[in-house]
Amino acid sequence: MADLLGRNLLEPGDFSAEELAGLFDLADVIADAPADFDRRAVGKILATLFFEPSTRTRLSFEAAMLRLGGQVIGFSEAGSSSAMKGESIADTVRTVACYSDIIAMRHPKEGSARIGAIHSNVPLINAGDGGHHHPTQTLTDMLTIRRKMGRLDNLTIGLAGDLKFGRTVHSLINAMKIYPNIKFVLMSPEELKVPDFVKYDIQSGNGSTFVETTDMQGAMKELDILYMTRVQRERFFNEEDYIRLKDRYILDNDKMSYAKEDMIVLHPLPRVNEIAVEVDSDPRAVYFEQAKNGMFVRMALILSLLGIE
Amino acid sequence: MVVVNSIENGIVIDHIRVGNGLKVLEKLGIDTTKNTVALIMNASSGKHERKDIIKIENSEWIDLTALGLLDHTATVNIIQNHVITKKIKLSLPERVVDVIKCKNPRCVTSVEPSIPHIFHLVDPKTEEYRCEYCDEIIKV
Repeated sequence: MADLLGRNLLEPGDFSAEELAGLFDLADVIADAPADFDRRAVGKILATLFFEPSTRTRLSFEAAMLRLGGQVIGFSEAGSSSAMKGESIADTVRTVACYSDIIAMRHPKEGSARIGAIHSNVPLINAGDGGHHHPTQTLTDMLTIRRKMGRLDNLTIGLAGDLKFGRTVHSLINAMKIYPNIKFVLMSPEELKVPDFVKYDIQSGNGSTFVETTDMQGAMKELDILYMTRVQRERFFNEEDYIRLKDRYILDNDKMSYAKEDMIVLHPLPRVNEIAVEVDSDPRAVYFEQAKNGMFVRMALILSLLGIE
Repeated sequence: MVVVNSIENGIVIDHIRVGNGLKVLEKLGIDTTKNTVALIMNASSGKHERKDIIKIENSEWIDLTALGLLDHTATVNIIQNHVITKKIKLSLPERVVDVIKCKNPRCVTSVEPSIPHIFHLVDPKTEEYRCEYCDEIIKV
């Protein structure tokens, strides 16, 4: 994995299909025997700069580094960082890069990770930049798809919910477009449709196509993968819009009855009510397994960016 | 008819889209206290066409990237001793820095100080640009 040594990960498209395949191969090996890797990153420090609250992404990064034998420093909200004093992202990252070997950064502003990467002399991983990208969630999603479906090409992927502000959606499309014969079925209310740059992304892919629909039930039967998302309260300037839109797409057993036997349901979590709890016991619901894969792929990513065999 | 003399040395920005001249003058930051400048609006061009023209005396440089973005249909004539010595046809620039600002309120450029506002041309047909940081598409 020497190819990824010293690189940044700002969006999934930063890595080629071959590089991603190597990363997923390593994640598979780690998943099969995690204890074999528990001393690989001894003496290395991961800095987690979370200017925006997060539970699972931050814990997943921290668990990944700790399971590799490394250590973690950082903060979990802007209020406990020097951002409160008015320090720029550039200066914060430049300083933290002096203390650490690798940085995972989350920030509510779109494009913040690029600013961080410009000013960091250690690898920087975008752990979510506003509604823009969330590439390690995408690696998680892709590893889960690969482990469950056995392939990353020739798939019809339905994405439902908040496709406008849903950075996991933008990143998944950005990543999957490079594989042959991917069809995206975009299911959202009119107000939460994907931004134009995502449509351009699809059109620049390896023959990938998309359709937009508001009819989730009608689309279910053709899907290989259903990617559910939460309508995120924190992305709205207006509470009324959030309340009006949050319950528009809810997956329940009735809708699941229209889906293929081997379809899988993914969700980046946390879930609110967009997937009824009754769906959890359906073997096609793999979102908790997906969370575990997230830790394994982050372990693989940290090792690869640090150039550790 | 208004008559504006030709200039001996300087730059003439010709074929500016009618109504666009004042904006071009402002956005290019042409110093009207330093140079003699003529802005001709709604001048005749061909049989039925109209255009704006800017003449800047004793100027040797303008920002062609910014001008290309503001009005890529314009042409720039370099004048020396009353003669056009160079004619420059403009096109939409591939990359523009600090000419336009991102309109996305969630873009990092809205909070981070001292960073350049960078845009990349997406499609010359639609005249759309993409923000380097947040990928917001802006039509110029």
